[in-house]
Amino acid sequence: MSKMAEQETVEAKATVSPCWSCKGPVPRASLFCETCGAVQPPGPADHFERLGIPRGFAVDEETLSSRYFALQARLHPDRFAGKTAKERAASLAQATALNDAYRTLRDPVLRAAYLLRLRGAAAPTEESGTVDDPGLLMESLERREQLSSAETPDEVRSIGAAAESDARDCIAHLAAAFAADDLAEATRLTTRLKYLVKLGEEARARAARLREASPC
Amino acid sequence: MLIQLHEPGQSPVPHEGDERLAVGIDLGTTNSVVAISAGGKPEVIRDADGGALLPSVVAYLPDGTVLVGEEARRERLDNPERVVSSVKRLMGRGVGDVKKLAGVLPFEVAPAEPGESAMVRLKVTGRRLTPVEISAEILKTLKRQAETALGHEVSRAVVTVPAYFDDAARSATKDAARLAGLEVLRLVSEPTAAALAYGLDRGAEGLYAVFDLGGGTFDVSLLRLEKGVFQVLATGGDSALGGDDFDHAVAEHFLAERAADLGEQTLSPAEVASALGTARLAKECLSTQHEAGEWFIEAGGHATRHKLGRAALDALIGPFVERTATICRGVLEDARIAPSEVKGVVLVGGSTRVPLVRRKVAELFGQEPLADIDPDEVVALGAALQAEALTVGSDTLLLDVIPLSLGIETMGGIVEKIIPRNTPIPVAKAQEFTTYQDGQSAMMIHVVQGERELADENRSLARFELQGIPPMAAGAARIRVTFAIDADGLLTVSAEEKTTGVAQRVEVKPSYGLSEDDMARMLRDSLEHAQDDMLRRLLIESRVDARRAANAVAAALKADGDLLERGEREAISAALGHVEAVMKGEDRAAIETAVEALEQATLPFAERRMDRGIRKALAGHKLADFDAPQEAPQEETKDRAAR
Repeated sequence: MSKMAEQETVEAKATVSPCWSCKGPVPRASLFCETCGAVQPPGPADHFERLGIPRGFAVDEETLSSRYFALQARLHPDRFAGKTAKERAASLAQATALNDAYRTLRDPVLRAAYLLRLRGAAAPTEESGTVDDPGLLMESLERREQLSSAETPDEVRSIGAAAESDARDCIAHLAAAFAADDLAEATRLTTRLKYLVKLGEEARARAARLREASPC
Repeated sequence: MLIQLHEPGQSPVPHEGDERLAVGIDLGTTNSVVAISAGGKPEVIRDADGGALLPSVVAYLPDGTVLVGEEARRERLDNPERVVSSVKRLMGRGVGDVKKLAGVLPFEVAPAEPGESAMVRLKVTGRRLTPVEISAEILKTLKRQAETALGHEVSRAVVTVPAYFDDAARSATKDAARLAGLEVLRLVSEPTAAALAYGLDRGAEGLYAVFDLGGGTFDVSLLRLEKGVFQVLATGGDSALGGDDFDHAVAEHFLAERAADLGEQTLSPAEVASALGTARLAKECLSTQHEAGEWFIEAGGHATRHKLGRAALDALIGPFVERTATICRGVLEDARIAPSEVKGVVLVGGSTRVPLVRRKVAELFGQEPLADIDPDEVVALGAALQAEALTVGSDTLLLDVIPLSLGIETMGGIVEKIIPRNTPIPVAKAQEFTTYQDGQSAMMIHVVQGERELADENRSLARFELQGIPPMAAGAARIRVTFAIDADGLLTVSAEEKTTGVAQRVEVKPSYGLSEDDMARMLRDSLEHAQDDMLRRLLIESRVDARRAANAVAAALKADGDLLERGEREAISAALGHVEAVMKGEDRAAIETAVEALEQATLPFAERRMDRGIRKALAGHKLADFDAPQEAPQEETKDRAAR
């Protein structure tokens, strides 16, 4: 056989593997064996493939949720409670993989960081992020300062609202950056989004503490 | 009676799962309930007297007899030192966790022996017992009650636990069920079970809150319900807060009045238990019937009279009710939901009958809560529905979360969070570690649950000792430790050294749990037919696997039977027939051997099926190539020609 045909056979072999139950061919990353119906352990797939949604930063929340629920409805361990140990183990692994995918794609920050990783860009870290973006560092310090000197729940809430509004803008820009394949800009925006989300959370937590201290 | 409901997206050749009867059990602090469901209609299983609630009270008599329920309660009047109540509050707990009244515990504690975990052990009527064994007695009674009513063996159950129960308490519950001869199909959170019973998912999509205040535990869960999907968004609670604390406050008040009259006195544990009982009566009476009343405390030969009115009761229990409100606000915060967005609030647990509690909930959520299903029975009904769903099948999906953050203790006693609270389960997270000594072969990881910064301030779950690390230079090892939480909310730890691919042995030392050896010994001692039950279960499991194997071969023959010669096909059919025959019998070894023989007989068949599958994939691959422009089409044609 020629080298190219050999290569093709190797590739074909990699796309098909034996079902643990009936030992027949199962296409890569199939959820169930198409011959005997046995649930399979999760195959290699990225989060987008796993949930069956197109790869990209713009994700429709409704579609994401309904895909997730539809898949869990078939794969969750509750569907295999009376079955063999192997099936229970396979479904547990599948449900775990689904939860991992859903959690990552649902959260804009995690989704952005994941996409960057998929595209081969280095994940933004706390240090590298602010070093590359001194403007962000300044902004971060100023807003933190504002938050800690805010005294009333209303003040805190408005800082939080501003952070959340800026986060929404950032998400829109991120969508554009990814669409334009501008990974450098996407990396910078991901760092910024991370910090804005964190600030928003801190504001909420602070507002809650102030409210508990003096319930009205 | 049992209607077959198949799950959507079912496999083309479904095999019979294990469809033995399964019940739902609410193992409560004050009362326990068992229920069963058929056709989506759950019903509480009553005892011979028609009672639905079994008091979670266990009495150990000197002659060795164990009483559970009403009889144990009666025993408490005369011989309180022989009786244990509210044992749920001790599950997965140490002595330090248990509340004292007037500096005294309501029971006698037996100190832990060397090698034992810190789980609390009680001294009752000359016996040394763990909360697991005591809970098992309650479960055994419920099992018997169900079997009597149904006229059929009951060996499987869905058991509920407070959503806020940590791993130790959940494991303890599962262990208690094992000791009682029950296989736990799933541990379900009490608020989720209640939501299931209310069938709230049948209406339009919405956000619901379940406020569950029992005798000893408090849970509040926020769920998103949508046509068959019950998705927990956030959960919070306090596994040491409940009606018992109300009783405690009232008892303390009475004892303070008594001390003012008679001077300070030391009470025996039995007298303490009795005072708590009186306080409970007062609370119940004021909650349901009267505005004010009078009660007596008798101890050391002196009886004192105590008056109490509703307003005074509210003042005593106010701080506890306020705490539940604070926790509710925290959970709403976690889920990023405003109270106004909540479509309905469900009340669960006997303590929600207290008027102050109801007022507080209505105030917090700005609406009257739903309480049409008996708050004492609703959890068991939900558990029964889930038991039916797991055995017969259903369209509902329960997606729960981990209630407490999971972390590991690092240098300086700081906690590093691995899995944050409210993460949907099942979930797995991996973390890499390395060694700090040359040739280090073992490593210890201390896992804790909770939200605090320091390990000491959280609940210690267990110490996991990883053994069998291959000898390497310090810092060279890449040990990937995976923390996996299953659908019951229980943690499993596994480890693998990545550069060599060697998996480590993991030895678990639970901080507040029973070791496998403890369990094995207790199983031997406790169940009359422990051995028989286990063998029976193994037999059923082997039949289920045999059914799977037979169906798989049948499906394979249907799809690819043309790959076989007549003789080969007959040989396989014979092996298949043999499996079918032994399955009907009781010989587990014969069943397993027959399945093994079937696998062997179909090996060459399987190879041919794989070849065919690969050739198909290859052909598909080539077809796809023709659709898109090729980089070097010339070379490809040349190659084909050469072959």
